Amino acid sequence: MAVHSFQEHFDSLIDRDITIEPKDWMPDDYRKTLIRQISQHAHSEIVGMLPEGNWITRAPSLRRKAVLLAKVQDEAGHGLYLYSAAETLGITRDEMYNQLHSGKAKYSSIFNYPTLTWADMGAIGWLVDGAAIMNQVPLCRTSYGPYARAMVRVCKEESFHQRQGFEIMLTLAKGTEIQKKMAQDAFNRWWWPSIMMFGPPDAESPNTEQSVRWKIKRFTNDELRQKFVDVTVEQTKVLGLEMPDKDIKWNEARGHYDYGQINWEEFWNVVKGNGPCNKQRLDARRNAWDEGKWVRDAAMAHAEKRKARTAAVKAA
Amino acid sequence: MTNDKLNIIKNEWPLWEVFIRSKAGLDHKHAGSLHAPDAQMAIENARDVYTRRMEGVSIWVVESKHIQASDPGQSESMYDPASDKIYRHPTFYDLPDEVKYM
Ligand SMILES: [Fe+2]
Ligand SMILES: [Fe+2]
Repeated sequence: MAVHSFQEHFDSLIDRDITIEPKDWMPDDYRKTLIRQISQHAHSEIVGMLPEGNWITRAPSLRRKAVLLAKVQDEAGHGLYLYSAAETLGITRDEMYNQLHSGKAKYSSIFNYPTLTWADMGAIGWLVDGAAIMNQVPLCRTSYGPYARAMVRVCKEESFHQRQGFEIMLTLAKGTEIQKKMAQDAFNRWWWPSIMMFGPPDAESPNTEQSVRWKIKRFTNDELRQKFVDVTVEQTKVLGLEMPDKDIKWNEARGHYDYGQINWEEFWNVVKGNGPCNKQRLDARRNAWDEGKWVRDAAMAHAEKRKARTAAVKAA
Repeated sequence: MTNDKLNIIKNEWPLWEVFIRSKAGLDHKHAGSLHAPDAQMAIENARDVYTRRMEGVSIWVVESKHIQASDPGQSESMYDPASDKIYRHPTFYDLPDEVKYM
């Protein structure tokens, strides 16, 4: 087949909603876009463990501690599913780690904000995992097979994440005056960064069109953001908290809630590395990698010893 | 940087494909992959990565480099010969309604 017929074949698979698999021919840019998106997604899961890991030892009860531990462990799993999906495209795990640790790779900006109180564990589960789910559910039908299958697994596990967060918020919101204040404060701080998670507005997101054409993305940033705003406003009523955005208003004509101006300058600033915790997060990642070296070495030495032992037994 | 990178790549643990039997009586099904120094640790890691919610009762791992795959570019010559042999399916045969349980 000539290159153009490879391209035609690929396009026709995409048009017919037939999944692309690792050994199929694919355009270079499709591969590159996927490697970037999947590895960034994996990095986000891994770095995403840090703000919550911060509270595991200080969880207010054994139940909350077990739950938070399980959630953070799930996020590690999500990172691993996604790294291996990216590896099917020809990048190695170590290249991806290198990109993360050298600061070259991006991860979701949301994780560069600090977790100041226990209520932040509620707000993160409810809003951050909630926004992630909104993003991830359509990715279960993304055109690249290994990515789609990883996302199915991820989405199955995510729903408890959001529920446990909402439960924390609800408990605080129905608690003492101080607890309720704490919940509201966490909501206020996490709301705007959460709706920024969907990425820049469609008009300023030049890659969206191509990604939608390739069926990597199924909805645009603004479409997903609107969906998230609509469901969150309703959930806020259940909590009895105030929306942090005073411009939230039902728009009868659109059938959606209107919302206020997002501070995109802040968003780009955090993306560029100047958020409140960018340095801290990256340092924590690097330390974990460096200080884990002896464990990796020990595991390798153990494997070699075991191999030698087995060989000796066979020879005897 | 380059030296560093070569060093790292040399140290990367081998990649393993993980297959899980979700319950007794079913086939092992591909679940995903992971890195581990040897087969035993690959199984232990697979337990943590792929069966945190009782998704399995048995795990197989095989080093990815040992998997041989068919070539998708040859799908036509591989699978098309079967497409005109509809007589291999039970629905090809018209039997009178009186014949039950066949
Ligand atoms: Fe996750
Ligand atoms: Fe999550």
